Amino acid sequence: MANTQQFCTFYLENYFFGIELLNVQEVLLQLELTEVPLAPYAVRGLMNLRGQIVIAVDLRRQLGLLERPADKPAMNVIVRTGEDAVSLLVDEIGDVVEVGEDTFEPPPETLRGKVRSAILGVHKLEKQLMHVLDTERACTVEERPVVAPPEH
Amino acid sequence: MSDEIVREFLVEGNENLDTLDRELVQLEKDPQNRATLASVFRTIHTIKGTCGFLGFTKLEAVAHVGENLLSRLRDLELLLNPDITTALLRMVDAVRQMMQSIEAIGNEGERNDEALIKMLTRVQQGGSLEEAPAPASPSAAPSTPPAAPTKHAKSAPPTAEATVENKHAHAPNLAEALPQQDAAAAGDGAVNAKRKAKKDAKEAKVVPVEAEKVMHPEENEAPQPQAAKSAGAGEGASRGSVGDSSIRVDVVLLDKLMNLVGELVLARNQVLQFSNLAEDPAIVAPSQRLNLITTELQEGVMKTRMQPIGNIWSKFPRTVRDVAMTCGKQVRIEMFGQETELDKTIIEAIKDPLTHLVRNSVDHGIERPEARVAAGKHAEGCVTLRAYHEGGQVNIEISDDGAGLDQEKIRRKAVERGLLTAEKAAQLSEREILNLIFLPGFSTADKITNVSGRGVGMDVVKTNIEKIGGTVDVQSTPGVGTTVKTKIPLTLAIIPGLVVRSGDKRFVIPQVSLIELVRIDGDPTRTGIEMVHGVPVYRLRGRLLPLVYLNRELKIEESTTDGAGKQEGVNNMVVLQADGRQFGLIVDEIRDTEEIVVKPLDRRLKGLKTFAGATIMGDGMVALILDVLGLAQRASIISETHDREASGATVEGKEEGIEKQTFLVFAGPDDARMAVPLGALARLEVFPAALVEKSGTESVIQYRGKILPLVFLKAVMQERRYDERHLKALKAEAEAAADAIQVLVCNHEGHAVGLVVERIVDIIEDRADVKSAATRTGVQYAAVIQERVTEILNLEVILSSAPVVRQQVEEHVKVGD
Repeated sequence: MANTQQFCTFYLENYFFGIELLNVQEVLLQLELTEVPLAPYAVRGLMNLRGQIVIAVDLRRQLGLLERPADKPAMNVIVRTGEDAVSLLVDEIGDVVEVGEDTFEPPPETLRGKVRSAILGVHKLEKQLMHVLDTERACTVEERPVVAPPEH
Repeated sequence: MSDEIVREFLVEGNENLDTLDRELVQLEKDPQNRATLASVFRTIHTIKGTCGFLGFTKLEAVAHVGENLLSRLRDLELLLNPDITTALLRMVDAVRQMMQSIEAIGNEGERNDEALIKMLTRVQQGGSLEEAPAPASPSAAPSTPPAAPTKHAKSAPPTAEATVENKHAHAPNLAEALPQQDAAAAGDGAVNAKRKAKKDAKEAKVVPVEAEKVMHPEENEAPQPQAAKSAGAGEGASRGSVGDSSIRVDVVLLDKLMNLVGELVLARNQVLQFSNLAEDPAIVAPSQRLNLITTELQEGVMKTRMQPIGNIWSKFPRTVRDVAMTCGKQVRIEMFGQETELDKTIIEAIKDPLTHLVRNSVDHGIERPEARVAAGKHAEGCVTLRAYHEGGQVNIEISDDGAGLDQEKIRRKAVERGLLTAEKAAQLSEREILNLIFLPGFSTADKITNVSGRGVGMDVVKTNIEKIGGTVDVQSTPGVGTTVKTKIPLTLAIIPGLVVRSGDKRFVIPQVSLIELVRIDGDPTRTGIEMVHGVPVYRLRGRLLPLVYLNRELKIEESTTDGAGKQEGVNNMVVLQADGRQFGLIVDEIRDTEEIVVKPLDRRLKGLKTFAGATIMGDGMVALILDVLGLAQRASIISETHDREASGATVEGKEEGIEKQTFLVFAGPDDARMAVPLGALARLEVFPAALVEKSGTESVIQYRGKILPLVFLKAVMQERRYDERHLKALKAEAEAAADAIQVLVCNHEGHAVGLVVERIVDIIEDRADVKSAATRTGVQYAAVIQERVTEILNLEVILSSAPVVRQQVEEHVKVGD
């Protein structure tokens, strides 16, 4: 295992995701958000992260998954992209895992939809598959408000 | 203004002189260092240029000979030797004295620099420091700083060498070589003798004039009284001399300070909010002091970065003159709002785009004098620059009173160049057409016509302005002129803002856009909110103010508690101004004003024109800052047509941009006052009612050998306004109408269609003031024309909504097939 990578893992619905640890600034419990009217669908709002205003992107919406139940608090994974920070809202935080290149596989051809463009591939872990999220893509929201509900 | 320039000259000059001292000494060690030579030359050249411009002739004369000498050195026609260095250092001293004198008494003082100038000239021609017969005068050494003579001695060998080299190049120098060395030696000897005198002089701290006395002992008596005076003044002022009282600071450091102050302001807000709840004077008093100090600190830090826009405008009169001369035009420039302050980085960034726009205005905007006179204008054109704050932004307008832009040409050109299709071009509004000139590739099109040349490099202007988050917009009226409006945001700013609530959300409105707050309460029938066909307006002191509901525009769900209150109870209205137009914004609650730190929105949200940024409130929550202009645009308060000032306050100086439109005003159903732009009509006809025939169920009339379908405005417009029963009654009434019908013949999709109206009132040229958006189909907007609310109809919609037309078009298609 010459080249290993560390991933911060989390759950969305039943899916297990990982995001490269180097991109992750911190993980926080739910913070109060200020909604932004007319904003793109995936943007849940803005939050005050110690004096810095950070945009919160709901990964469930971003990936076209079902809405998170209202009673279920979200966790914030603060990632750095370029010079600014973005908070990705996820369901639950998992462990930090270290994986080698040998377990990596590109996404299957049959995978479609928003998930396809947002993940780089999967790591075959012992118990489950870890979807490797493309940080940049995950933080990119469509300019135009997406009013349409998730696919399927 | 000129004082300001002199101050800047002195500050810069003093800095430069210090550099000069250092560089000259450095040069002596390394006489052939071209970079240093060039730098020394530049410095003196700058000083000379500036003081010539400011009218300090004595200073200029000295700097001039110095410059001559340096230019020879720079071109390696002369090699630096101790004599030259000494001469140059003396010149620097003289310049410094004069600058101190300028600072103290406003001029160079009475002085005679003949000797110095002569000496510099002599040295330049390869002569010695002193006049030929005189042996090295004791005055030679003390004039140089104490350190210099020592170096003098040390550097003797290389100098000798250099002089030997020189011999080959310039034969006359041969003769000079020896006396020069003599002079050097004698100078060394004199050092000890005079060092004490110099020291005394230094101890006495009489800096400028005393030194001069030592330098030119022979002239001691002449300038004495004046000298003493200026020396005293100079000393008194020396503590606070301009050179000492200002320093250069890295902008990055200022940015950092600014951010810190921003954070401090937020912390202060939090403390204040807490202390407002507290009764304890132990916390109330210090937090009040904290408040005051923070405010002052904030103002101070802001000021460090601000510069008046006049700084960059000051060179425009020259630009205008030059361009006008080359184009053979007569142009003057007028400037308003020079004192408008902008952040330094922004000033730098907009310098070039503004220059470009000004040049463009003269070059392409303003016509030649003959053309102007022919058009009935003054032969001399005028370019007007205007800067002012609005909505947390700085607006800069560059307008000319030239021929204006030719829309048709722009449209054609854009299509020719393949920038957009003909269909698309035909749909564009006037404003969109004009803004085509900012398209890259449009500009350099062809320079033959007045129009196309206008766009040269406009895309670059736009890009540069947008780079700093600004916007550019062009407005033009044929024959009257063109105005380019740029809006520069203050991203790095702390601004006062009004906190309002809509639903459960808080928003901040920049105080600058705020005109007044109005509380409309009581009985809904008497609230003052009226409807112009479903569009709410408010009569504010006799003027019609279009209303915008914040929650509707932002699609905020009304919070349950206030849902009812909105209709019956109190309406809070914030009267806002954007782009010269006023409108009322209805919010659920008006809270407090607060100083807020504007933070730019995340780049992912840049598409939201309704928000100018975000801020962190006292309670730590994020609140959005409304972009009043964007909001107005969203609510169609600012429509595509040119809007005029609704208020008298800002009308001043804006006349040149006024655009009048010609409307046909007529009475519609229910005697409603309506209008259409005259240009949309082909003819006005009056037909006897008896001529109306039936074709199937529809009414037609024979007109010029064709069948003209008729659309009864009454039938179209009333659908929405009355219930079925009422409608029938009206229809019958329309049928049994008067014996003549008034018909507006319009072209609709290539066919003539007659629109039957009740009564034609007048043809009116007006500016269509005070607009409010219309929500229902058929009406484009409501406007005040000749001080009466008038609905401007959208003929497209009305004619196509009429069944008769659809039918007719279908038939036509069939025949065509």
